[in-house]
Amino acid sequence: MAKLRFHIRYPEEKIPEPILYEIGHEYKVVTSIRRADVRETTGWLDVEFTGEPDEIERAIGGLRQKGCIVDPIELNVVE
Amino acid sequence: MPKMQALSCRECGKEYPTRDLHVCELCFGPLEVKYDYEAIKGRISRAKIESGPYSLWRYHDLLPVEGEPTVGLYAGFTPLIRARNLGAFLGIDELYLKNDCVNHPTLSFKDRVVAVALTRARELGFETVACASTGNLANSVAAHAAAAGMQCYVFIPGDLEAAKILGNLIYRPNVVEVEGTYDDVNRLCSEIAGEHRWAFVNINIRPYYAEGSKTLAFETVEQLGWRAPDQVVIPMASGSLLTKIWKGLKEFEKLGLLDHVPTKLNGAQAEGCSPIATAYRQGRDFFKPVKPQTIAKSLAIGNPADGYYALKATAESKGAMETVTDDEIVDAIKLLAQTEGIFAETAGGVTIGVLRKLVKQGVIRRNDVTVAYITGNGLKTQEAVIDAVGRPIRIQPSLTHFTKTFGLKEGA
Ligand SMILES: Cc1ncc(COP(=O)(O)O)c(C=O)c1O
Ligand SMILES: [Zn+2]
Repeated sequence: MAKLRFHIRYPEEKIPEPILYEIGHEYKVVTSIRRADVRETTGWLDVEFTGEPDEIERAIGGLRQKGCIVDPIELNVVE
Repeated sequence: MPKMQALSCRECGKEYPTRDLHVCELCFGPLEVKYDYEAIKGRISRAKIESGPYSLWRYHDLLPVEGEPTVGLYAGFTPLIRARNLGAFLGIDELYLKNDCVNHPTLSFKDRVVAVALTRARELGFETVACASTGNLANSVAAHAAAAGMQCYVFIPGDLEAAKILGNLIYRPNVVEVEGTYDDVNRLCSEIAGEHRWAFVNINIRPYYAEGSKTLAFETVEQLGWRAPDQVVIPMASGSLLTKIWKGLKEFEKLGLLDHVPTKLNGAQAEGCSPIATAYRQGRDFFKPVKPQTIAKSLAIGNPADGYYALKATAESKGAMETVTDDEIVDAIKLLAQTEGIFAETAGGVTIGVLRKLVKQGVIRRNDVTVAYITGNGLKTQEAVIDAVGRPIRIQPSLTHFTKTFGLKEGA
């Protein structure tokens, strides 16, 4: 089991959709939201994923497929 | 009394011991060093600072290390130059350039943050340091690690130019070229930092590392004769430098080393990567990540870690943000070189280009005491200007031809 922390940003048009809920059903990962800001014009979540590393990888792929930007919790670290 | 009290969460305020931690376990907010200013006030003074070493370590009382510095002893205390020619050209009476093009040993402001990060990493018992970088940060970490005799890993994306890789290989760190996109390298480095007990300077050591940037504010104030400027122009990538310059000014005020801080912060980005400046100009308190496309590679961070805090600090100071195109960057690099004899890298072009715009817009006025931060050396990004500097004038090896070519009078 691995625990990985991500900053997920929704595209504006997807803000009303329950994306994280869907991901929790489509993949064997447990998600825990720690901080979020969801408004009309922005939507982001700081989330911890718990699961097998490969399954977390697939869930991240799934989020990207839905149009989300997924970065590690530190955001961009390549300076 | 120790000067460092804790690492505290910038979002929820929860406190942690001053170890190699960087994210709040509770809310995942970033951690920051919290000092005991009462204790520091009792031992810091202008006179004590002035009698310190000619390096950033003269501000040791406000840096996040416990003992004597052991790495990067000569970083900082770079010249603050009165830029009369550029000032006259732009229409500013009192313009200064803080010239980190000549920082020791790798010619960029990153030598400040790395000196602090590696000194702290040693105190915390690390023998291996690492970073993920495409340029200045990697150079600085590799050079300091070599001098300190520490193991070093530098992670770079697979498509980096040869010249940039050479600047790292010469110090013989483990240079790891990661196949894949920027996002892939980025993800991998975050995971490696979580996995190994290494001092990843801009990840698990970031709370200490970032504090090194405060010294640019401290030096500016001291070199101006213990005055804070009216206006500063600061290049932004992650937004950390701008945020920390503000913190540094405020600390001097809190400690009574400055009476008052009138300074307005002005953030500068390249148009091809301007998530922070765009948000500020649209009056938003959050930014949208972008895919960078600019010659200002050292500022090309699309999802900046301190973007939110840079927006906050700039608003608090009632400052501004602006952007410049790649052509304007090149023009500004040339302008700086031709008026002040300083060859800056693209980040310096962004700073001077934005300074020029802000003066034109009347945001920076003639009598504002203004400081522009030139953070890296032009010899590192020569490819950015190679097509914009013209060619040498070719002559035959004859005195007559030379004299004729330049329209000179013989013997004059
Ligand atoms: C030359 C130069 N100037 C400015 C910056 C901006 O620093 P920050 O990421 O703290 O905003 C960088 C960052 O990489 C840099 O290399
Ligand atoms: Zn917190």
